[in-house]
Amino acid sequence: MNFSPAPLHIPDGFLTIVVSAIFWLITIVMVGLAVSKTNRSLGEKQIPIMGVMAAFIFAAQMLNFPIAGGTSGHFLGGTLAAIVLGPWAGILVMTAVVGIQALLFQDGGLLVMGANIFNMGILTAVIGYGLYRLVIHQKKGIRLAVAGGGAWIATMAAALFASLELWLSGTTRLEIVLPAMLGVHALIGLGEALITVAALAYIEQTRPDLLNLDNSAREGGWGWIVSGVVISLLAVLISPLASGNPDGLEKIASDLGFLGSGLDAPFQILPDYSIPFLGDTAISTILAGAVGAIVLIGLVVLLGRNLHRQKSD
Amino acid sequence: MHVDVFDQYHFTPSRVHDLDPRVKVLITVLFILSNALLPDGSWSAFALAWLLLLVANDQSGLGLGFTLKRSVVALPFTLVAVSAIFSPQGSPLAVWDLGFITLIPTDLGLIRFFSILVRSWLSVQIAILLVATTQFPDLLHALEHLRLPRTLTTIIAFLFRYLFVLTNEVFRILRAREARSAGLPGVKGGGKLSWRIKTTGSMVGQLFLRSYERSDRIYQSMISRGYIGHIRTLNPHHMERQDWLYLFVFILFLVIIQFVGWVS
Repeated sequence: MNFSPAPLHIPDGFLTIVVSAIFWLITIVMVGLAVSKTNRSLGEKQIPIMGVMAAFIFAAQMLNFPIAGGTSGHFLGGTLAAIVLGPWAGILVMTAVVGIQALLFQDGGLLVMGANIFNMGILTAVIGYGLYRLVIHQKKGIRLAVAGGGAWIATMAAALFASLELWLSGTTRLEIVLPAMLGVHALIGLGEALITVAALAYIEQTRPDLLNLDNSAREGGWGWIVSGVVISLLAVLISPLASGNPDGLEKIASDLGFLGSGLDAPFQILPDYSIPFLGDTAISTILAGAVGAIVLIGLVVLLGRNLHRQKSD
Repeated sequence: MHVDVFDQYHFTPSRVHDLDPRVKVLITVLFILSNALLPDGSWSAFALAWLLLLVANDQSGLGLGFTLKRSVVALPFTLVAVSAIFSPQGSPLAVWDLGFITLIPTDLGLIRFFSILVRSWLSVQIAILLVATTQFPDLLHALEHLRLPRTLTTIIAFLFRYLFVLTNEVFRILRAREARSAGLPGVKGGGKLSWRIKTTGSMVGQLFLRSYERSDRIYQSMISRGYIGHIRTLNPHHMERQDWLYLFVFILFLVIIQFVGWVS
């Protein structure tokens, strides 16, 4: 059985509670939105289909192909799922896949699962579908090219975010891990992109009715396009900046108050924030994280409401 | 392929197997949370947590070393944490000049690295114990009781059910490729990389279509057998006195571990 854990599945213990909590909250909001969208707009028929599609992604990850030098590319599937099934269904399918990999095979942790779902499910859906949606009414060649580009960027963004999460947790040094992660995933992403394009081309050739473009366009509106393009641009801009000049990113982060000057407790990402009567304990850190998380939730909810309005227009 | 390749459930009659799945899920999450909360270098607390894990292993009737054997799955990822050794805080222990980069391992960095390793190793083991002592449908049922949306648990239930079926489908597709890929002994088969990618892509596309069409048939047959939108299980979940007792004792131990970790 060829079952190699992909370097993107972060195990428990590698992220601090605060970082885990922040990404859990983002993930819960997004998955919650996906669930309510699915319950409202799709029939109950969609649920068994999504389950079988999740099993498909899981099984397809076993189809790997040899690249040079003993390494092999294998398929992550997030972009393909989001393009074929729509972004919300794509998020649910990838959540199920990441969840079962963690629950059943310990491929990725439980406490950090929020971060893993965010990296491999939400980012890929936003980037993969967002970019594809932009060109959905264009010619087949353009669509396939953008789908491939989206798959590559989504893989790179997942690697970038995994590196950032590990770095914010004080688990890794950014200047060592980021170039390594991005380097490896530039290759993995290439495999992902090529397989996504080839699979899409095959499906379009044999069952074009499954890729009903008008339906697919109705699934998500400008909100997806904007977030897809913005996040892709951010990922593309941050990656070279950060790997070429990690001190720069560290400086930006400390200017923004993310890294304390002392950094004595590596898990404190809001170092100046401590609750007086609790002192400098884990509880204080958790509360500090919760405050940050609430701000984030607000942003995400706003974004979600915006998306909803876009859709009902 | 046989079904139990993926199923991690090991049955032996034991108290742990009999516990309510909700208790087991809670215990697992709390244990992992407790590990994450412990400060770096609190070795006595980590040792106590390991002791607790050994007791749980023993109680499960699967043997003291059961989870240890499978815990190697988390090893490859430790590579990522290696760079923590070169943390700038703490006093330097050595200077390694590799030409393009100079690495300075520090004492605090080493403590951080090993703490991450121990946390991850302990957490993986309790998760292994959870799936080894709980049947997957019960686990999902417990998650549903713990307020996971039913849409999601149903998707995961279908994923679990059709994992085996679609894996067999993958093997059929791979066998078909083998059968059509005759080669001379000693001569490397296959075309260029682009050809291989096209083949793999078509295989993925083919698998997708077969899965999609199968899911359609599955749905039709489920409707005709009275499917009402979610999967039901026959195992009732009742919290007995023993379940509460185990939960309480476990939490008590975790509190003691936290105390030891933060005080010493």
